[in-house]
Amino acid sequence: MDSALATTDPAEVHAEHGHVSLPQHRHHFETAEQQREAGSFGMWLFLLTEIMFFGGMFFSYLIYRNWYYPAFVVASNQLNVTIGTVNTMLLITSGFCMAIAVWAAEMRKRPLLRTMLILTALLGVIFLGLKSDEYYEKYELHHIPGNNFNISMFTNPAGYGIKEPPLSPDMAQRTQVFFFLYFAMTGMHALHMVIGLGILCWLIRRAHRGDFTAGYVAPVENFGLYWHFIDIVWLFLYPLLYLINRHPLH
Amino acid sequence: MSASIGSTIVSLPDQSTAQMPKRTYINNEQGLLSWLLTADHKRIAILYLISITFFFFIGGAFAGLIRLELLTPQPDLVAADTYNKLFTMHGIVMIFFFLVPSVPATLGNFLLPIMLGAKDMAFPKINLLSWYLYIIAGAMMLSAIVLGGVDTGWTFTAPLSTHYLNTHVITAATAIFIAGFSSIFNGINFIVTIHRMRCPGMTWFRMPLFIWANYAASLLMVLGTPVLAVTLVLVALERLFGIGVFDPTKGGDPLLFQHLFWFYSHPAVYIMILPGMGVMSEVISTCSRKRIFGYTAVAFSSVAIALFGFFVWEHHMFIMGVSSYSALVFSLLTMLVAVPSAIKIFNWAFTLQKGSVTFETPMLYCFGFMGLFTIGGLTGVFLGSLGMDVHLTETYFIVAHFHFVMVGGMLMAFLAGIHFWWPKMTGRMYPETLSKLAAVTTFIGFNLTFLPQFILGYMGMPRRYAAYPPEFQVLNVLSTAGATVLGFGYMLPMLYLTWSLKYGAIAGSNPWQATGLEWQIPSPPPTENFAEIPIMDHEAYDYEWLANKTRNEVTTVG
Amino acid sequence: MTDQAIHGNANHPGNANHPIDGDVDNPEHVHHHIITPTQYLFVYLALIALTALTCAAAFVDLKWANPVIALGIACTQVVIVVLFDMHVAYQSRLIKLTIGAGFFMFLVMVTMTLTDYMSRSWGMW
Repeated sequence: MDSALATTDPAEVHAEHGHVSLPQHRHHFETAEQQREAGSFGMWLFLLTEIMFFGGMFFSYLIYRNWYYPAFVVASNQLNVTIGTVNTMLLITSGFCMAIAVWAAEMRKRPLLRTMLILTALLGVIFLGLKSDEYYEKYELHHIPGNNFNISMFTNPAGYGIKEPPLSPDMAQRTQVFFFLYFAMTGMHALHMVIGLGILCWLIRRAHRGDFTAGYVAPVENFGLYWHFIDIVWLFLYPLLYLINRHPLH
Repeated sequence: MSASIGSTIVSLPDQSTAQMPKRTYINNEQGLLSWLLTADHKRIAILYLISITFFFFIGGAFAGLIRLELLTPQPDLVAADTYNKLFTMHGIVMIFFFLVPSVPATLGNFLLPIMLGAKDMAFPKINLLSWYLYIIAGAMMLSAIVLGGVDTGWTFTAPLSTHYLNTHVITAATAIFIAGFSSIFNGINFIVTIHRMRCPGMTWFRMPLFIWANYAASLLMVLGTPVLAVTLVLVALERLFGIGVFDPTKGGDPLLFQHLFWFYSHPAVYIMILPGMGVMSEVISTCSRKRIFGYTAVAFSSVAIALFGFFVWEHHMFIMGVSSYSALVFSLLTMLVAVPSAIKIFNWAFTLQKGSVTFETPMLYCFGFMGLFTIGGLTGVFLGSLGMDVHLTETYFIVAHFHFVMVGGMLMAFLAGIHFWWPKMTGRMYPETLSKLAAVTTFIGFNLTFLPQFILGYMGMPRRYAAYPPEFQVLNVLSTAGATVLGFGYMLPMLYLTWSLKYGAIAGSNPWQATGLEWQIPSPPPTENFAEIPIMDHEAYDYEWLANKTRNEVTTVG
Repeated sequence: MTDQAIHGNANHPGNANHPIDGDVDNPEHVHHHIITPTQYLFVYLALIALTALTCAAAFVDLKWANPVIALGIACTQVVIVVLFDMHVAYQSRLIKLTIGAGFFMFLVMVTMTLTDYMSRSWGMW
């Protein structure tokens, strides 16, 4: 026991740990398995913080939807369900590609890994493209909250050919709260995707070099967790923002 | 101090022959870059120690100015708006840049892997990253201070912070956002290290209680901080684009801000105090030569505090117009938090009972903690009860209450820890007499500063005002006088600890005759802590194991 | 001692490091499991089908059941993603507990804040 606590030259220590051969192995881990488990647990803890981060916004949505129900219904129905649905499918497909990429890395299939990562990124880019198109539509309609916000569509829906009950000017102002939450939530989601795409580019480069197809899967695996988490956020955003107000209770 | 046998447990090696170990984490590599790019948890801890000390003295300077202004009833030293900036920046700097990272980032970083028998944290690079995030956040905060300051109060109360002030709110909020990431990464690193890097035989109930306390605090950091982050993002968006999520004129609810803010900021006080409680358990056990009384109870009370900490945040909002039914629930839950805190205090007291108590500097600070934290905690019960809270909240009573817990509790524990582990971190002892003087000065200065504030608050002097009625002056002068003594008490360690780096007595590996793993390796420790990963075959605080080991030990030097 | 402490065993890497624990089932470790592409494909098809279903259901007037169904389907999808795409079904209990803790804390935040919002003005909520 006591000998274990005495110090020796670090060089000797490394020599003793010679059984660890992989270059990516960090010296302070005893085994590769310990390193792998530590990495994935750390990633999960990070996702835990993300749950709480988005949780705050989901909670705000819950409160204000109950306070300003009519405004939320009308405003929500102005979103483009087609784009929303297509985007959901795109993200699910992107997640599928990511899952296959993790499998390809495990199986050490370099070309497949590279293709799948590129597909994942590509689908993500298309998602963001469609999202920005939606944002632009809102910009044109002056539905971005702030000084230029235009409530005429909600006070006089018939004039715009929309089959919704007209709102009082006061309630129509509350559509701003919906649109703010819409932009904040989808914006934060998009920001996470942009960060994810940045990491993906780096992963693709390294995957191209063959870094992840020689038994070192952790970066791909942990990025996969992050990417799926972004999917999860969207899977909640989609019904909350686009779907649940189609048939309001009166 | 009598010189009777057993008056001290300190056993230093013979100074005429004693030597520092040849290869340590300090001299393993040379040059500034080897520090700035290090991944060694011990070096990162030292980087943190230097930077949080810097911010402590900045925050302390603001505190000094506040007390100086309150020397007289009229706002004569600074105008009211400058005073607002002073207390705001005092709060922000002290909370986010000193108290939250204090023990975890310095002592925790240094000791956690060693106590677990590991070579480093699970993610050394992320550990360094969190220091850099802290520095970036600190630089932003400093720039906000230099550019003219911020005057929202550390609570960023909306819609005051979002609509009515044109100070550097966004810079300060961004600084706190980034500092939050630093503390999230710190927390993740701790949790993963504790789960994954324990040496063979180190079961959960063999871990030192310092680890348990830091584990609980890390859980709070990971679960709470992101909520603060999203709240600050919403405040910044509201300021920048005027979207009204907290603005009543646009349909927002200011109370929503309060809920989200205190959902983090109440647990944050446990982030600050829990690691200090961990220090307490280590020092008290060592200095009374006794296994900690009720180890399991103390360990679980840390986790219980962490859990209950999430159920009580609304007690900060009792007078803000929340539902009175809901306030009843939260008031009741608040009382529950007193239980695990009391368990800790009682267990420490029972550890002292019939122990061979000695009175070294860390122990003096610990006694300070026990007394002051108990007062701070019990006045918290006053504030948690609805009727009293209406009268006492937003007065100096609450100021005194949280300073008793944070300064009297946490800062005492931090200083106890710094003194206790100083020989381990630097290889040299601090000067004992001078440090005892500092501990006593701090205690006296603290009580002189904050006891009058309880009375002031009870008499109705509101917090956060530059002026006050003349009849409150005597107590305010006492408080300011105390703050001067307190400031002196904090300057002393700064000076003699620096002095001891070169002239302190060489400490040897285990000056305290303590049982922890960290005391079984040389001081200062070598770069990877252990030549071989140890196998833990005894529980923490097993003094019989230590005595047995010392008996059979072949004396080696260095 | 040295051998015991350092050399992991390829089949049981986690536990081999714990001579005290021996081979006791450790909730913090688990064998590494690889999910096949076929399984991923099924998961993918299920997710797409559920998306189509939730979209279709939104356009049928089901009174109060509309949001319930939409969120129910969303939860189902999320559980599927977490269990299979994120491999949690094959992860250690520690990871499962971590995720549980996240959702639990979120629920604490929601329900406890709702105690205020729902009782602040009875009937107005």
